[in-house]
Amino acid sequence: MSSATSIPVIAKRPVEHHYLPLMAVWLVLLTLPLWLPMLGGYTALGARVLVLGLVAMSLNLLLGFTGVMSFGHAAYFGLGAYGAGLTLKFVAASTPLALLAGTLLGGVAGTLFGLLIVRRRGVYFAMVTIAFGQICYYIAYRWNDLTGGFDGLRGFSRAPIDLGFATIDIQHNDTLFYFFLLFMFAVAIGLMGLILRSPFGRTLIAIRENQRRARFLGIPVERHIWLSFSLSCCFAALAGSLYALLNNFADPLSLHYTLSGEIVIMTVLGGMRCFWGPLLGAAVFVVVQDYASSMTENWMSIVGLVFVLSVLFFPRGLLGVLQRRDAK
Amino acid sequence: MLQLILYNVTNGLIIGAFYVLLALGLSLILNLSNVINFAHGNFLALGGYFAYLLTPHLGYWGALLIAPAMTAALGFVIERLMIRRVYSRDPVYSLLLTFGLAFILQDACRFIWGPNGLPLGIPDVLSQPVSADLFFITYYRIFMGAIVVVAVIGLFAFLRYSRVGVRIRAGTLDLDTVAALGVNVRLLRAINFAVGCLLAGLAGVLAAGQIGLNPNMGDDLLMPSFIAIIVGGVGSLTGTLIGGLLIGVASALTTVVYPAGSEAVIYVIMALVLLIKPRGLMGEEGMLT
Repeated sequence: MSSATSIPVIAKRPVEHHYLPLMAVWLVLLTLPLWLPMLGGYTALGARVLVLGLVAMSLNLLLGFTGVMSFGHAAYFGLGAYGAGLTLKFVAASTPLALLAGTLLGGVAGTLFGLLIVRRRGVYFAMVTIAFGQICYYIAYRWNDLTGGFDGLRGFSRAPIDLGFATIDIQHNDTLFYFFLLFMFAVAIGLMGLILRSPFGRTLIAIRENQRRARFLGIPVERHIWLSFSLSCCFAALAGSLYALLNNFADPLSLHYTLSGEIVIMTVLGGMRCFWGPLLGAAVFVVVQDYASSMTENWMSIVGLVFVLSVLFFPRGLLGVLQRRDAK
Repeated sequence: MLQLILYNVTNGLIIGAFYVLLALGLSLILNLSNVINFAHGNFLALGGYFAYLLTPHLGYWGALLIAPAMTAALGFVIERLMIRRVYSRDPVYSLLLTFGLAFILQDACRFIWGPNGLPLGIPDVLSQPVSADLFFITYYRIFMGAIVVVAVIGLFAFLRYSRVGVRIRAGTLDLDTVAALGVNVRLLRAINFAVGCLLAGLAGVLAAGQIGLNPNMGDDLLMPSFIAIIVGGVGSLTGTLIGGLLIGVASALTTVVYPAGSEAVIYVIMALVLLIKPRGLMGEEGMLT
């Protein structure tokens, strides 16, 4: 109701040209294996942040920049993980092939489900995305012979990357693997940034701001939301395949709607209209979860409190608050 | 073979009845307040645990009456304290809020009553089978079925004939107009939320007598309840009722033929319904879009 009458103000471009913060982000990510162990963390924790940050950023393409709420993104993340794992286990020990297969599996599933989902709006859209996500969960859970059922898919490991003139041993060297992850992350979000700056990306923002006006301008809203959903699922699936490589393991809980909820909270916690927000949200969430589950049995309450408090007191997210202060 | 089918149909109807109670509550809250209550399964568990607390003092029958009321009261308080704060915001916030609430309530149950299953004693009269041939139909199952039927009829009568019920239905269609006519909408939403929790609590007491108590007993029931709403059509309580029974029986019948597909069939039904009737079986044009 209010969105139809209020005039949308887009004061800032979604991808900003402040080079200093941008360089700071990359510097932090590049030097992470150096300083994280000193703070009591471990490189795998940083890798988890990258992967979950990527899936949260892919959700943000939909939630923050198209204004559509998917609550089933874990499904495409998990499909990516299973796609990569199954390729490594049964097809060939090739990391690039695994990534490609995982991304395609999740992306294609998202594109097909999207056809049935995109006409729904608001809460109903969220509900249908959860339900479709659970389909994937039950398939992975029940198809014992192929997926290993509840125990998850084991018995594969990431393979070294053969460049022809040199081999990068990401299999045994965790730090090298971290840099490989960072490279893939950079490529993916570079692509995401390009998409958001393109006319297509601007159209998505127009749809977010005012769907009815966008429709009056002759924009095929459903098709744009569908495309945005598919792209978002592809990125989520890529993150999922990377996750399978990171753990050498894929389990059905990575498809479950609980993870979908966690992906959404990472996005909102960091700031869902900021490009980098979800990465920050993922970092905070992963650290809190890791710390809480090592400290107390009641870590679920702490995670739940993060949800409740951030919704009630930081609806704009951490970066959202900072940017607002900046604008003043 | 006939007995096997009968056995599974009975099971399906019982499970479907739980789906219906849970889904009707969810649907009420969704229709009036546009909130998906992820914590609904935890209200179910709490209902069961409240009954467990009360049974030694009030007996089973007292617990059956009081435990759902306690669940409703808790729901009322939580709505007033937290959920009302997100009504005016983007729906993503209400989803996340109830999601976090589900985590906290589940952990609270685990903390207070322990992670292991607990039994809820039911009166001896009810635990007898009806006959030796049909050993699986205990009086308790018939009793459960009767209670669910009474509750559903009661709910529809409440919505049709009581003043509050009529206002809830009116609010579902146009809350702004209802507010403009001088109805206290904030209280109405809180009552509505409490009624939803009452149904969940009742389902919890009944389920606890059948399958026992554990902190995540509501989790497996929550997702099918969502599907029941989608299949029935958002905005229609009758649709939710039909949807719940349909997927309950369909899933139980699949168990006879192909046990591994008993969950999958629920989703197949949903996908088919969405393909053929995108708004669900009884969904109305223009609702919640």
